Amino acid sequence: MKMLEDVGRGTINVFSYAGGVAELLADAVRFIAQLRIRVRETLDQAYLLGVQSWTIVLLTSLFTGMVFSLESAVQAVQYGVGNLVGGAVSFSAARELGPMLSAVVVAGRTGAAIAAELGSMVVTEQIEALQSLGLSPTRMLVVPRLVALVVMLPLLTIFADIVSIVGGMWVANIYAHISTESFITSARSVLPFGDVLKGLVKSLVFGVIIAIIGAYQGLQTRGGAAGVGKATTGAVVTSIILIFIFNFLLSYLLYGNS
Amino acid sequence: MDIYAHLDDVCVRYGEKIVMQNLTLDVVEGAITCIIGLSGAGKSTILRLLNGLKKPDSGRVIVKGQDITEMRERDLIELRRSIGFAFQFSALFDSLTIGENVALPLREHTKMSDAEIRKLVSATLDSVGLAHVEERYPSELSGGMVKRAGFARAVVTGPQAVLYDEPTTGLDPIITHVLTDTIVKLRRRLNGTAVVVSHDLESIYMMADYIAMLFEGAIVAYGTVEEIRRSPNPIVQQFLQGSEVGPIPI
Repeated sequence: MKMLEDVGRGTINVFSYAGGVAELLADAVRFIAQLRIRVRETLDQAYLLGVQSWTIVLLTSLFTGMVFSLESAVQAVQYGVGNLVGGAVSFSAARELGPMLSAVVVAGRTGAAIAAELGSMVVTEQIEALQSLGLSPTRMLVVPRLVALVVMLPLLTIFADIVSIVGGMWVANIYAHISTESFITSARSVLPFGDVLKGLVKSLVFGVIIAIIGAYQGLQTRGGAAGVGKATTGAVVTSIILIFIFNFLLSYLLYGNS
Repeated sequence: MDIYAHLDDVCVRYGEKIVMQNLTLDVVEGAITCIIGLSGAGKSTILRLLNGLKKPDSGRVIVKGQDITEMRERDLIELRRSIGFAFQFSALFDSLTIGENVALPLREHTKMSDAEIRKLVSATLDSVGLAHVEERYPSELSGGMVKRAGFARAVVTGPQAVLYDEPTTGLDPIITHVLTDTIVKLRRRLNGTAVVVSHDLESIYMMADYIAMLFEGAIVAYGTVEEIRRSPNPIVQQFLQGSEVGPIPI
């Protein structure tokens, strides 16, 4: 009986969470559609959440591109298909590694920051202060972060794509003596430009997930400093899980069998 | 005697805990009404009911003749523009300077020019005894100064009513006196209504026109300062005397 109760309660919690997130997103989209966007705050957030993430994106994508190339290049040369390494690295970078890696590291850094900041504002009554001034926390706080991430994450993804391909190219050249020209030719023949764009569509969706989950968790904070910690952890864990789920769904929808 | 707001048979619960049960209270227009009661009795909840930040589980909240209980969020936003709220810990936005904090409602709700806003912000800060702090951040000010900056933000738009949540808690007697005096002066300047939640009896005796005592989810006493001080209600007397002996369980 207790197990049934727990299952029932858990199901209600999941739907309640999903409903709350959907409501927050709909509210934010309404403000964006009405062009009620605070430009200065959005630019500040684009800098804080996007531009300041470039080093972590650089390091993770560079080393991932390099290790991918390291693993594949030597094997490929042994089997006489070294000319395919460039294609393999760029293909995986643009379709999966770039969007996923940048989204996961940004979720860890930025999603946590959004949840912590908004959570702290809840426990110090700053959110209630906004409401008491007749201002919507969604418009004042959520919309700038959402717009900033939707713009900045695709840009970071392009950056991650380039860095991981360049890193892979360098390692392929050093360890497997695959020339730059061969690497680039392979990349261009295997990777259609459309796939790069589809990768950016993914990152756009991931940007929405990170911003909305971070904001929702932050705004739902209860119970002081411990609550802020819980909200922050919850934002990161939930965002990363959703990024993986949506990555699969989007890959299925965008690439199908290609 | 006009009534600014009326809580009618209000019940509020947080989870399993009943905070208010069939609570009824009138807030007199143009007066300072102080709400006293034990910690956790639900005093701050009354303030949140009055500006629609909290909805009652049952009962009605009437503000200026309008039932705000079923109001849509959009209409509540309009209502809140006419009610200032000074929070217990001021709730200033720490990423904004004091000047930007006080200017925020003006920038968002009016078409005033930058120069007009600067002038009004400066005058409002002056009126609460804070001069030349516009460029400073909340973290750079003392507790009493932050409280006054919170007052300035609450009154800068000239609201019809101002709600003060424990405005003097944790401050020294001199600053407490200054803040109490500020609340009285602001009410006169705005010619409006004030509701103050406080434990500080000295401060309440100085400023209150009416006092309401909240106990176990209901108003157990209501009247002028003298009426409350002379109240035969043992709950009121135990609270005013700070006695351990009496009907209030420790």
